Amino acid sequence: MHNHIDFETRYVMCVDIDKCTGCGACMVSCQAENNIAPMEDGSNKLKTLTWMLVYELNNGKNFPDREVAYLPRPCMQCENPACVPVCPVVATAKDEEGGIVSQIYPRCIGCRYCMAACPYHARYFGWFDPKWPEGMDKTLSPMTSTRPRGVVEKCNFCHTRLMNARQRARQEGVDPLKMPEDWYQPACVESCPSGAITFGDINNPEHKVHELAHSKYAFRLLEKLGMDPQVYYISRREWVRKQADHHTAEEKH
Amino acid sequence: MDRNLFPEGVTRCGLPKFMAWCGFILLFLLWGVYASFQVFYHGIGVTGLDNYFGFGLWITFDLAVIALGAGAFFTGFLKYILKIDQLKNIINLTVIVGFLCYSGAMLILTMDIGQPGRAWFGYWHPNVHSMLTEVIFCITCYCTVLIIEFIPLILEQKQLNKIPFLHHLAHNLHVNMALFAGIGTFLSTFHQGSLGGMYGVMFGRPYAFREGFFIWPWTFFLFVLSAVGSGPVFTVLICALMEKLTGRKLVDYKVKALMGKIAGAMLCLYMFFKIIDTWAWAVGYLPSVGMTFDQMFYGTIYGKWLLWTELGLCGVLPAIMLITPSIRNKPFWLYTAAILDCAGITINRYVFTVQSIAVPVMPFDKWQTYAPNWAEWATSGMIVAYGALVISLAYRYLPVFPQEVKLNK
Repeated sequence: MHNHIDFETRYVMCVDIDKCTGCGACMVSCQAENNIAPMEDGSNKLKTLTWMLVYELNNGKNFPDREVAYLPRPCMQCENPACVPVCPVVATAKDEEGGIVSQIYPRCIGCRYCMAACPYHARYFGWFDPKWPEGMDKTLSPMTSTRPRGVVEKCNFCHTRLMNARQRARQEGVDPLKMPEDWYQPACVESCPSGAITFGDINNPEHKVHELAHSKYAFRLLEKLGMDPQVYYISRREWVRKQADHHTAEEKH
Repeated sequence: MDRNLFPEGVTRCGLPKFMAWCGFILLFLLWGVYASFQVFYHGIGVTGLDNYFGFGLWITFDLAVIALGAGAFFTGFLKYILKIDQLKNIINLTVIVGFLCYSGAMLILTMDIGQPGRAWFGYWHPNVHSMLTEVIFCITCYCTVLIIEFIPLILEQKQLNKIPFLHHLAHNLHVNMALFAGIGTFLSTFHQGSLGGMYGVMFGRPYAFREGFFIWPWTFFLFVLSAVGSGPVFTVLICALMEKLTGRKLVDYKVKALMGKIAGAMLCLYMFFKIIDTWAWAVGYLPSVGMTFDQMFYGTIYGKWLLWTELGLCGVLPAIMLITPSIRNKPFWLYTAAILDCAGITINRYVFTVQSIAVPVMPFDKWQTYAPNWAEWATSGMIVAYGALVISLAYRYLPVFPQEVKLNK
């Protein structure tokens, strides 16, 4: 069941939950960077497009012992993704250096099997035609494609920024597989005011994430299911770490 | 006026009565056509589906009708390959029901996918690892086989059959029907199985995930068995309903009881494996991923009653009823068992489709509920209306039931 591919570069995100204030700047910058149209009626949150979603966690206790934590959830870019093998038309794949799970919008037929397979709810369907308020179309990011309705879309770690960084590397004679970490940062990382999100190549010891991901406080969501996400969370609070997985598991699948 | 089009020697109601009946069906059909227009024009945002429930009533409907339409391939297999001759008296109806179930499912699928214009990508860019690719190939190929199996029956219409070319074409297709029955059996078995496999491979969804045999999860085999355990009695139910509506005997009861016996035997086999599978899932797999049996159920809408109803009331009970000759040979009990059997398989398809994705897998996530809205009901109703219309026309004008003249003398 495990389809592991060894990449020379593997981009991962580390989110320090103890630093996250739940401000939502990551969500907003993601929407702007990736040309996600505002919905005419956003009241049904289960039909909105939010590639980056901030969950609110709590320790289950009442005031004054209550503690709250915020958990930003982009696409996990799993090393063993549940969504990729199920797609009937190879619209989603994980085969490029960097280990990002791609989504090819013109290929997607909108069957939503990948959404059913993903337990992180990281995949979103375009239920309606995207409509931008008058004038707002001029603020669209020229680097990111817009999507028609009827296809599945998701966070891709702002892949266009990776493309730009690689182009810069080639121009400046740097190995595109060994770029300095600040050359490629997704929009959410750049906009986080509390510096809770760190991003880089886990295989490169010069990148901070290499050390952060190996911290004893680091964990990943649902490790027991064996999807091996490329998003790591860090928390020094045990109750937060416990909420990431089902700790009664006897064995790892 | 249309008396000359009736099959030889049968009696049918007057044309005005038939037109009134068709008009009644058309009301549902038109309501569904209006909903389809809304879906195609505005997108499937008009349905009750959302980002949690990418699969809902439509997929449940598809899976259920395809399982219940399994009477076509399985009865064809028994009639043409295993040579159980008695089944020739109901084989035409099984082919029509199968054709309607599969073509209806395909019509629903064109609405269900977000980009209907790209439906052919399944052939053009196939992912050999995806169970859905197998489904796409098998469902379209098998639907074609069903059309080929339906054609000779249409050509046997009294007036058409007078044309020598069509008469010979129908005859030759009949002669080669064993070949199509064989192809259909192969395609449909894999198709039914891969529908089960679709859920069994979702390793991020503990409700549905199953480890299994070679490349197939157990659900692959469970779906095949459950389909052949319910498809034959679904055809019997359709036949009984037609007899009730028309007031005429169409198929000898012995044939229906035989279909019940076949479905009962298959249902017993299915229940045996299904119970073992459920047990292994509850006490083996779930604890291994840190979840419990109780966590798989929630409130009334996703309660354990669904599981017990599926396994007990609509599983073990009809299985026993169908294999017990004294019960099976009484029409009331045969039909009751058939209804329970079909309801159980439909519940199974529902929970695999909806409950699988309603279960919160992330510990801090919450249960979500789903209710289909009018657009989904209307389009599903449209398919039922389409089926009723085709069966009504087939009954009136085609020689579907070889025993009808003799039974009504």
